[in-house]
Amino acid sequence: MRTILEGSLAVAEAVRLCRPNLVCAYPITPQTHIVEELSRMVADGRLDAGYVLAESEFGAASIVLGGSAVGGRSYTATSSQGLLLMVEVIFNIAGLRLPVVMTCANRAVSAPINIWNDQQDAVSIRDSGWIQLFVEDNQEAVDTHIQAFRIAEELMIPVMVCMDGYVLTHTWEPVDMPEQEEVDRFLPPYDPAYKLDPDDPFTMGEMVGPDAYMETRYHVHMDMMEARAVIRRVCEEYRGVFGRGGTGLIDAYGVDDAEVVLVSMGSLLGTMRAAVDELREEEGLNVGLVKVRCFRPFPKDAIHDAIKDFQTVGVIEKDISLGLEGTLCSEMRAAFCGEDSPEISSFIMGLGGRDITVEEIKQVARDLAQNPACRVEFRGLREDLLNGDEG
Amino acid sequence: MISFDDYKDQEPAWCPGCGNFGIRNAFIDAMTGMGMEPHQLVIVSGIGQAAKFPHYVKCNAFNGLHGRALPVATGIRLANHRMHVIVMTGDGDCYGEGGNHFVHAMRRNVNVKLFVHDNQIYGLTKGQASPTSMEGMVTKAQPFGVMSEQFNPLAMAIALDCGFVARGFAGDRAHLAGLFVRAMEHEGFALVDILQPCVTFNKVNTYEWYRERVWKMDGEHDEGDRMEAFKMSLLWGERIPIGVIFRKRRPTYEERNPVISRAPLVEQAFDRSKLAAALAEFY
Repeated sequence: MRTILEGSLAVAEAVRLCRPNLVCAYPITPQTHIVEELSRMVADGRLDAGYVLAESEFGAASIVLGGSAVGGRSYTATSSQGLLLMVEVIFNIAGLRLPVVMTCANRAVSAPINIWNDQQDAVSIRDSGWIQLFVEDNQEAVDTHIQAFRIAEELMIPVMVCMDGYVLTHTWEPVDMPEQEEVDRFLPPYDPAYKLDPDDPFTMGEMVGPDAYMETRYHVHMDMMEARAVIRRVCEEYRGVFGRGGTGLIDAYGVDDAEVVLVSMGSLLGTMRAAVDELREEEGLNVGLVKVRCFRPFPKDAIHDAIKDFQTVGVIEKDISLGLEGTLCSEMRAAFCGEDSPEISSFIMGLGGRDITVEEIKQVARDLAQNPACRVEFRGLREDLLNGDEG
Repeated sequence: MISFDDYKDQEPAWCPGCGNFGIRNAFIDAMTGMGMEPHQLVIVSGIGQAAKFPHYVKCNAFNGLHGRALPVATGIRLANHRMHVIVMTGDGDCYGEGGNHFVHAMRRNVNVKLFVHDNQIYGLTKGQASPTSMEGMVTKAQPFGVMSEQFNPLAMAIALDCGFVARGFAGDRAHLAGLFVRAMEHEGFALVDILQPCVTFNKVNTYEWYRERVWKMDGEHDEGDRMEAFKMSLLWGERIPIGVIFRKRRPTYEERNPVISRAPLVEQAFDRSKLAAALAEFY
């Protein structure tokens, strides 16, 4: 049913349709609306789930870990500092192979404290063993959450759906909400391969020494590698049922004849599509786009194949590995290990909610067309704050 | 002569009528009354409406992570215990997210003053129940009402033998200022839990609600009697006592720690030869 919903409310509705057994979170901007809406659903009797507002994000992550360990479909949501406070448990959930689903409403990380959007929070925990999917708009957020439970439970690997804070969470957009029966057909009840059960005693979380620890990491890694095919297949199945639903691992737009290819994750793709269209129509500059939807596991081959025939690639991202470059850019370069690579440049933009305009994206493309040399640049900096002027 | 205006900083962004204004006024009254100058203080805060306090008062300020003001304050005291270190925090920040630090700071008895703006609600995130919200309170995030027992910071502090335990009310400026002065004068960790109406998100515990209940207990019990104090700390309902509930002089961490009891770390010379001696056994 087509309706108009705030991003957070649309996500809450999608989560409700997935029939979670347990929802637990701690308030943090800009995530809070999601769990407030879920709590309202529980109160109204529209969602039959255990619901707890925890005393901290560490508590929230631990509670969903417990819920998942006993075989419940468990969901949480957070942002920024909350995600970082959860980190110890995040690694634990992944290492224990529990299929928790989480929404990360992407927000900048302290210090200085900043409640606005960038993607440093989720990118910073890329090595935790969670699948990380970035969505472009609220429709994709809805579709990706429903897929997330399928993917997580099939692989016994947790999934984090990353959506830009405010830009998506607080924006009202038309969304097509699936019907309950359709979702039920797509997402069967969770039947865990293992769980804590008094009738069939089982231990989770025991110490593993040098004799076997490395093999546990190897197994997670191999399953994460395998996850790429599962993510793609689940996406295709979803498309088969609902007629839409995301783009698997990556998506390409206008790359056939592109002189310059721009790459990014999340809601910025919408702005980039507008910029690319204008450049083509008004300036005759053929620019293509690659959207990275799946950040972990990293879709190395898909990205390699998508950009290997081009000379000039610019990665625009709202995060930075300080002292190096944008993280996505580094990983794209690594996809060309031992081969001739396109020139892949890193553009750091939009940190801490700094607006990224269509014109700024067009300028990145123009500059790359002029000079393809591989480089790292911040764009959109305020000159008045850079030159040591106090006050 | 230090005046009220010397402490004024940027204009607060709290809602008009917020209990935090009363706390700010009482705090500045207390500091000016003691002749304390802004540079002699450091105010440490975490996240929440209370945590904005050091932005709105001239002082040395440290605004850090949610729930983590007490460990930072402890670190400051360990490095330089000539500083007066005050933590301004709220019920969510201190009793929720940072609850473990609350317990251990009191055990340690580091000479930090803990002033908790207790509005019984999360204000910054717009109205979810906090650890001190009363049972049954319905919020956007607690649709069935709060189902947890209300956290009692005073009883917990007395159980941990905290040396200074008091409760104030943001609506009684002079009384609250007096509690701040006594807390500052106490040698050791001091807790002042401050009843603070949140005019926007807490429609239960309003100014009127508190005014009908608060009762100045000063002089009505023996502050040094732990059992009497404990009984007093349990009173919550028709009458809510405000004032100093418990007081006991315990040796502070700064006095007990042999490294800093002589002089603060910042005043101690760095003697490289001692380091070499300590490392020698590993060669």
